[in-house]
Amino acid sequence: MTELRRIAYYFRRKHFAMFGLLLVLALVTVAVLAPQIAPNNPHAVSRDRFLSPGADARYPLGTDNLGRCVLSGVIYGTRVSLFVGLAAAATSTFIGILIGSMSGYFGGKTDAFLMRFTELFMTIPRFVLALIVVAFFGSGLDRLILVIGVLSWPGAARLVRSEFLSHRNLPYVDSGRVSGMSHLRLIFVEILPNIIPPVIVVATLDVATAILLEASLGFFGLGDPNLRSWGGMLSRAQSHIRTAWWMSVFPGSAIAVTVLGFNLVGDGLNEAANPRMQIEGGST
Amino acid sequence: MSGSGAGMSLWRYAAMRIVQSLPLILGIIVINFLLINLAPGDPVTALIGDFPAPAEYIETVREQFGLDQSLGVRLLTYIGNVLQGELGFSFNYRVPVLELVLARLGRTLVLMITTIVFATAVGLGLGIMAAKWKDSPLDKFAVGFATVGYSIPVFWSGQLLILLFAVRLGWLPSSGLRSTRIAYEGLALYGDMARHMILPVLALSLRYIALTTRLTRSSLIETLNSDYVVAARTRGIPATRILWNHGLRAAATPIITIIGYHFTFIVAGSALVETVFGWPGVGRLMYESIGARDYPTLLGILLMVSIAVIIVNLITDIVYAFIDPRIKYD
Repeated sequence: MTELRRIAYYFRRKHFAMFGLLLVLALVTVAVLAPQIAPNNPHAVSRDRFLSPGADARYPLGTDNLGRCVLSGVIYGTRVSLFVGLAAAATSTFIGILIGSMSGYFGGKTDAFLMRFTELFMTIPRFVLALIVVAFFGSGLDRLILVIGVLSWPGAARLVRSEFLSHRNLPYVDSGRVSGMSHLRLIFVEILPNIIPPVIVVATLDVATAILLEASLGFFGLGDPNLRSWGGMLSRAQSHIRTAWWMSVFPGSAIAVTVLGFNLVGDGLNEAANPRMQIEGGST
Repeated sequence: MSGSGAGMSLWRYAAMRIVQSLPLILGIIVINFLLINLAPGDPVTALIGDFPAPAEYIETVREQFGLDQSLGVRLLTYIGNVLQGELGFSFNYRVPVLELVLARLGRTLVLMITTIVFATAVGLGLGIMAAKWKDSPLDKFAVGFATVGYSIPVFWSGQLLILLFAVRLGWLPSSGLRSTRIAYEGLALYGDMARHMILPVLALSLRYIALTTRLTRSSLIETLNSDYVVAARTRGIPATRILWNHGLRAAATPIITIIGYHFTFIVAGSALVETVFGWPGVGRLMYESIGARDYPTLLGILLMVSIAVIIVNLITDIVYAFIDPRIKYD
């Protein structure tokens, strides 16, 4: 509770963190209310191709090469980005907690092995591997989430490990051990709740990275073919960059604003929870 | 043997790091193998790609990769093939994958190295100034720039640069390696290629500058507040000299680390940027190979890029140990 109050205090004082939080809340609202807000069906093609913004009141941000509404595409794209971002970050955080806690709690050979394994995952170029996996196994939403999640856990694992290392010999853990608690109970019931704040920081920054990765895959033509996503819109914009700037500018701004929102919240939480230490975010 | 000097232990450290990298390379080969064998359908498709290959070629590939053998034998055969540089044949380009990727690698490396040098210089400069004049408008600008720059996807910054400098202003070419209409020669050819590189390098640099600025600034501020710097200041040593002697030495280590650890990110970024700017490197090859379902080329790229990442990490680790004598060699 005191932790929460401290973070709330910090967010009120630091405008950038508050701004990020408001951005994220606004985006969630847009995603939830997409059918109510969007002026058109995002998939509906029309004969009004390449309408520039403002040329037709029905399409405030113009239309694309198939005559689809850009604004409606951007609004519905919020759903895809947020859903993939949040679900993939939840997946990677979950895996990171499992591997990091075992590594830090047991130490020794378990730790050495798991850390080599983590290092291997950090070495593989995530984007290239994700491309290949999606190219082999298909690019449905569930697969995108799974691929991004499974390739993004090393950051969380390393953090959880270092937290467990600093907790495992503290008196409260020792006394639990002496009184005969099982390893599972010590890991998940005793230690884990104490390290939640830094884990949330990493998870928040992971949402931003996952959204960027999903957009990058979409840009390579490997998004979910049945959904309009920001990356997919930018991929189409690439072929018409000389004629239709609006096909690029609006979906791109949407990605940048969303990623910025989660990064600001993550940075804010990080500084609030731990003013001296900086947790380094991941990368595409 | 504590008296044997730092040089000895540094060599030993380097040798140890090289030995430690070998299992990583093996791990990456195994991951490639698993991808081939877990892919839906016949693994031969993953080894040949989605092409109507002649029946005898399919038979040769089956034989060469031991596809009718047990999984264990297949794995050993695969490792053996890869270690001999046998990465398969690209039906899309009609050349061996190894040859294809090597031919494109140079162009990607030029892009990446220019970016790393340029972005490190700019990020260092911006970070140093921000730390020196902390809380000044310049510092606020640097922090804001770093935060926003870190949030913009590279392919979109590429498109924005094209919209501004190629479409609107017409100052710079928007795609390709060189001009196709005029055949430049000698020095003019290099100038022409450099002009084609400006926008891709700028697009690729943005996130990297942002990252370097942030790290330089935060590690410099921490160093400048440390006890020994405060002590040096009270002894009357000029601020600029303190900055150069103590500050930058301390800042150098995190910078080297990001070059190593974010090399994978530059790899991803250059794939996207090459696609935006039609730069004919490995990234563009990847994009084309996805469209053509040219799987052996994709797997070959994954393998070679991963090995490149391991080598870069190895080099940065050793340089890191060389610069920072405090590092423990274990």
